[in-house]
Amino acid sequence: MAYSEKVIEHYENPRNVGSMDKEAPDVGTGMVGAPACGDVMRLQIKVGSDGVIEDAKFKTYGCGSAIASSSLVTEWMKGKTLDQALEIKNSAIAEELALPPVKIHCSVLAEDAIKAAITDYKSKQGKA
Amino acid sequence: MSENFFQLFGLPVAFEVDGEALALRYRDLQRAAHPDRFVGASDRERLLSVQQASLINEAYRTLKDPLERARYLLQLNGIEIADTDTAMEPAFLMEQMELREALDEVRAAADPFAALNAVRDRAEQLERGLMADLADLFGGTPEALQSAPERVRKLQFMRKLLEEVDGREEDLVHGT
Repeated sequence: MAYSEKVIEHYENPRNVGSMDKEAPDVGTGMVGAPACGDVMRLQIKVGSDGVIEDAKFKTYGCGSAIASSSLVTEWMKGKTLDQALEIKNSAIAEELALPPVKIHCSVLAEDAIKAAITDYKSKQGKA
Repeated sequence: MSENFFQLFGLPVAFEVDGEALALRYRDLQRAAHPDRFVGASDRERLLSVQQASLINEAYRTLKDPLERARYLLQLNGIEIADTDTAMEPAFLMEQMELREALDEVRAAADPFAALNAVRDRAEQLERGLMADLADLFGGTPEALQSAPERVRKLQFMRKLLEEVDGREEDLVHGT
């Protein structure tokens, strides 16, 4: 399958690969998986006291589109509030990366990872 | 075509399949539908034999592979697997992530093959557990069946992981 230039660019130079301390109270971790292809994605956010996402890291085991989708959302999330980050839709990811229909689920995975990371962060804050 | 793949092969509709019976029956069916047997037949008969041969092949591929078989059984039971359902048990995903990380680190290990085999053993152990679960669930009540899609999804992950293990082994053997 032909990947778009943007997918290849993110795939070859993925942004923000890595991990954060998942036990830290200001870190939210989202783990999601794509059953269609067995991809696994971990997305982590570090949130400042002002509610703005200071940093985002990901680790994705999967195809080029899944890696590019997660790389892209880490860039998009930084500097956004949690509510703004929740507005990132898979359609926008798919459009930006010019994903073909069969790879749309990769962008869905990235959107779900954002939601999961934010839910995890909020549940930690709720307990604190 | 009202017959399902299991009926076509004269096998009970179940997750566990007698591999030997499946292979033998495949050979017989294939022989009966072989285009060479229809050389002097009418166009319509020849067309039917080609369609029958392709159905037999599809049925065999489906029944032979546990993952395809499980998906097919779900379909027969009217259960759809949504590929867009990305929520899975965090503990399962965590282990998937760890196994893939371990796979990434195989090359740097003192004994790469031993490290690779450790990942493979764990993945196969998980796979066996899922297949045993599926055999129970598909043989159980309609309520039990509702838990089957989740196991099938997990099986899909194990398939992917084991493919990657095989790929990594190739790389190690060829020193790439």
